[in-house]
Amino acid sequence: MTEYVVLSAILFTIGCVGVLTRRNAIVVFMCVELMLNACNLALVSFAKLHGNLDGQIAAFFVMVVAAAEVVVGLAIIMTIFRTRRSASVDDASLLKY
Amino acid sequence: MTFWILAPIMVLAALGILFVRKAVHAALLLAVVMISLAVLYAVLDAPFLFAVQIIVYTGAILMLFLFVLMLVGVDASDSVVETIRGQRVLAIVGGLVLGATLVVGLTQTALGTVVGLSDANAGGNIQALANLLFSRWVFAFEVTSALLITAAVGAMVLAHRERLEPKETQPLAAARRVREYAERGAHLGPLPPPGVFARNNAVDTAALLPDGRPAESSVSRVLAARGTVRSAPDLADDIDEVQRQLGVEPEGVPEGGGTSDATGDTTEEVHK
Repeated sequence: MTEYVVLSAILFTIGCVGVLTRRNAIVVFMCVELMLNACNLALVSFAKLHGNLDGQIAAFFVMVVAAAEVVVGLAIIMTIFRTRRSASVDDASLLKY
Repeated sequence: MTFWILAPIMVLAALGILFVRKAVHAALLLAVVMISLAVLYAVLDAPFLFAVQIIVYTGAILMLFLFVLMLVGVDASDSVVETIRGQRVLAIVGGLVLGATLVVGLTQTALGTVVGLSDANAGGNIQALANLLFSRWVFAFEVTSALLITAAVGAMVLAHRERLEPKETQPLAAARRVREYAERGAHLGPLPPPGVFARNNAVDTAALLPDGRPAESSVSRVLAARGTVRSAPDLADDIDEVQRQLGVEPEGVPEGGGTSDATGDTTEEVHK
């Protein structure tokens, strides 16, 4: 079972690095999805490890929340793109000043 | 066995997301990761999550990503300029430290014997999940419905655009064009069509002005952003090549004369 959890840790790390290094807001968002998926994999493998379905329920809720989050997040990216003609995370710095 | 085939594919695809330049490629690599994850769920005795992963993630969420990518424009590429100095290096080092810590920690932990889900799934995985979902987790389930409604309303509010100025009608557009012509001499008529030559349907080739220069405005802006516009020098080479095949002396840039003269010369020489 360890290999599944290790794989999920690796995917989570890759997602983290992606969020920190990529500049395109949509790609950053994809990396967040990758991290959520990695957590889901850990939850499902722990469910099998303990013979308990609560982990699968938690993974299911994570998927629901991810779907809602994607809808709102992409709408925000679209709104920012419409006003600033850019999907880069560095250009949306209006709150800074 | 399935795991050892899928795990390298997933890690490679996930690493690819970090390195590809175009967001569309990142979305496709993410689809690879998600479908592989769905198969792993099936291996891990979670057939319901297998179906949900494919339907919700690869079906709905990734399609949403692709739609937004097309609305935002495929030409919105990633800039490589660092706004915070040393951020990229620090992020990679921090990521490596995090990954090493997690992997080393996990491999040194004894997770215990695998109980397996054969008991819990005895009456069917979906029935067992439904039992849990509508008994112990029923409150979370109800809260989820509120969350989904909020998300739907939020997306509609964000996507709705308030019209700040009146819609530009045809008379207004005509008036604006004439005004721009009066102020800065902007061209009144429509943009020129792209150069159409006998070799292909050349929407990617700029039309040539009488003096041989390409007319930039005759090619679609999107093609220019993608960098798939054929340059005029290429075209000139093509013309030279064709003329050489016809046995006509390749000549330099035509010198300002009328095109009818040039074509007349060519046909004459071919007939000789």
